[in-house]
Amino acid sequence: MATTTDTIQELANREYKYGFVTEIESDSAPRGLNEDTIRLISSKKNEPPWMLEWRLKSYRHWASLEQLNKEPKWANIHYGPIDYQDIIYYSAPKPKDQTNGPAEIDPELLATFEKLGIPLGERNRLAGVAVDAVFDSVSVATTFKEKLAELGIIFCSFSDAVQEHPDLVRKYLGSVVPKTDNFFATLNSAVFTDGSFVYVPKGVRCPMELSTYFRINAEDTGQFERTLIIADEGSSVSYLEGCTAPQRSTNQLHAAVVELVALDDAEIKYSTIQNWYPGDEEGRGGIYNFVTKRGKARGVNSKISWTQVETGAAITWKYPGVILQGDNSVGEFYSVALTNNYQQADTGTKMIHLGRNTRSTIVTKGISAGHGQNTYRGLVKIMKGAAGARNYSQCDSLLIGDKCGAHTFPYIEVKNPTARMEHEATTSKVGEDQIFYLRQRGLSAEDAVSMIVNGFAKRVFRELPMEFAVEAQRLLTVSLEGSVG
Amino acid sequence: MLSIRNLQVKVGGREILKGVDLEVAAGEVCAIMGPNGSGKSTLAQVLAGQETYEVTAGEVLYEGRNLLELNPEQRAREGVFLAFQYPVEIPGVGTAYFLRAALNAIRKHRGLDELDAMDFLPLIREKLKLLEVDEALLSRAINEGFSGGEKKRSEILQLAVLEPRLAILDETDSGLDIDALKIVAGGVNALRDPERAIIVVTHYQRLLSYIVPDKVHVLVAGRIVASGGRELALELEEKGYGWVETEPEPAVPAPA
Repeated sequence: MATTTDTIQELANREYKYGFVTEIESDSAPRGLNEDTIRLISSKKNEPPWMLEWRLKSYRHWASLEQLNKEPKWANIHYGPIDYQDIIYYSAPKPKDQTNGPAEIDPELLATFEKLGIPLGERNRLAGVAVDAVFDSVSVATTFKEKLAELGIIFCSFSDAVQEHPDLVRKYLGSVVPKTDNFFATLNSAVFTDGSFVYVPKGVRCPMELSTYFRINAEDTGQFERTLIIADEGSSVSYLEGCTAPQRSTNQLHAAVVELVALDDAEIKYSTIQNWYPGDEEGRGGIYNFVTKRGKARGVNSKISWTQVETGAAITWKYPGVILQGDNSVGEFYSVALTNNYQQADTGTKMIHLGRNTRSTIVTKGISAGHGQNTYRGLVKIMKGAAGARNYSQCDSLLIGDKCGAHTFPYIEVKNPTARMEHEATTSKVGEDQIFYLRQRGLSAEDAVSMIVNGFAKRVFRELPMEFAVEAQRLLTVSLEGSVG
Repeated sequence: MLSIRNLQVKVGGREILKGVDLEVAAGEVCAIMGPNGSGKSTLAQVLAGQETYEVTAGEVLYEGRNLLELNPEQRAREGVFLAFQYPVEIPGVGTAYFLRAALNAIRKHRGLDELDAMDFLPLIREKLKLLEVDEALLSRAINEGFSGGEKKRSEILQLAVLEPRLAILDETDSGLDIDALKIVAGGVNALRDPERAIIVVTHYQRLLSYIVPDKVHVLVAGRIVASGGRELALELEEKGYGWVETEPEPAVPAPA
């Protein structure tokens, strides 16, 4: 008789659905990183001198860090040395025949995104969601751009923003994540290639979901995207990003930076569904997802909310945080992180309370299966001036099988005596008795585990935009396949 | 419907069932009584397919098929239902959502259309009424924060919705006050059917005043030591299990 354990094993080992490669000619930079690489990227993008200058400063700082071996080593993750000279830092699909005008998107690319469930064509594109599609180092299409422009909303690729809205970019770029912030953010500042840019003007509530879909395709290429979202006074926006990559036996680096700025009474909701190739069941290949995401709730009564569902990547290293600068500002972090097979995740958040009566909420659900290692690392810091600040943290871990691990490192620093902090944490196992109970009612072992895990993560899924909550649930189920062990 | 022959079961190397013989016919309500540790719950769990129990000898035929070959979900889909003595909590999974998924898994197996939420609601409302269960229970997570009585009622609610052919009630009376007991018993009695067999596993006679059994079997130290009609339960109540435990005669299985 098949045991539950076997079934869970089968469940976890289902194939990665997005592992295909698009055969397309690309225009790539030579391997390696030096000032010429930076100049090449900048010239490919036809950037103004200030942008190149910013990149070069970042590069020089990064090179000094690299020389001093300052790549962060404190996280609870293990991987071999990364050879930064063996990575391709720029790769763009070559434009095909230009006779139909440059606005035409290569059918290969359209087909690729179609296959990923992101139709870009005018007729069948997703209703109610504007999409910026990024393929390797460049944005290939942005939908609903004109419709949004009618409301004064700017939604475009980062490269276009540098050309068309240089003042906004110069004003806010690096204002939340300085170019010297950390090793990977500094690397990104030097070599970032594309990403999305959003500006929502005063008093405008963005009527549709904005989203960016990141696809890594080319081999040995790093993806270094940069996203900047600015919500002006009294505005609001909900943004979602999704990511996938082909199945390869070597590791690929993804080092992104995301900066959010919310002014007075503005609200930004940022959701991530991360499904990078996680490596195979032996732990070969997969994306290194080393990401810096931070929001600044600058204005009074502003609000920034992060929701992430992290199921992919061989290694995830990210701590989306909020600097609560404005009085009464609110920061939220909701996270589901799943590690299966040999995946590792060290993820959490930073909530830095500066303003008075600032409030933050942290709800994390870590799921470990197979040999997966899942770490929650979070910092809640109440500065001296943050009178009346409040934080609530809840960190729950769920273990499937007996070869995986869950770790929790909550850091709390309080410099104002009026602050109120609450922290709750639980660790539980998917019980054989729970699985048996559900099977006794007619559900397969696979459905039973999926139901238990989705129940565990429900509190976080509730925070996702409706359109994506179902997708996230499905993804969690698929990522667990073969995990019950 | 159910035919158990010389069933021997080990748990963690210890022999719990030492050769159980039992026949249960369709339409029958049979009670299995016995003192603590006699193997009653083990028998119930083995029939439901609990994999931590090791069957070392014997056979179980369910509607002519070898039940022991089927995994738990196959048994459930074939109509075997266990009302658990200690139902587990499953946080975050709504009771209605779960129950509809379970019903649809069974319906699918039987070649019936799956029910959507709109079709399911009237069905479950009717059952809620039967068991006097508040509709609010449907949106709560499975057994999470339920009182002992609520858990037992939820088990019988599931029984009523899934309409199995063979229902096994494991100590359904424990933790119920007399009012709740009457309601639960009423729910079970409403499910009596010539096509359905119900096995009531209990330590006490009390429940059997409300769910009147056709047959009573007494399980002691892993064997059926006495079988009879309803009066056997009353006799046990009066004399205690010590009376059957000292019986020198070997057990005679009840006629099917």
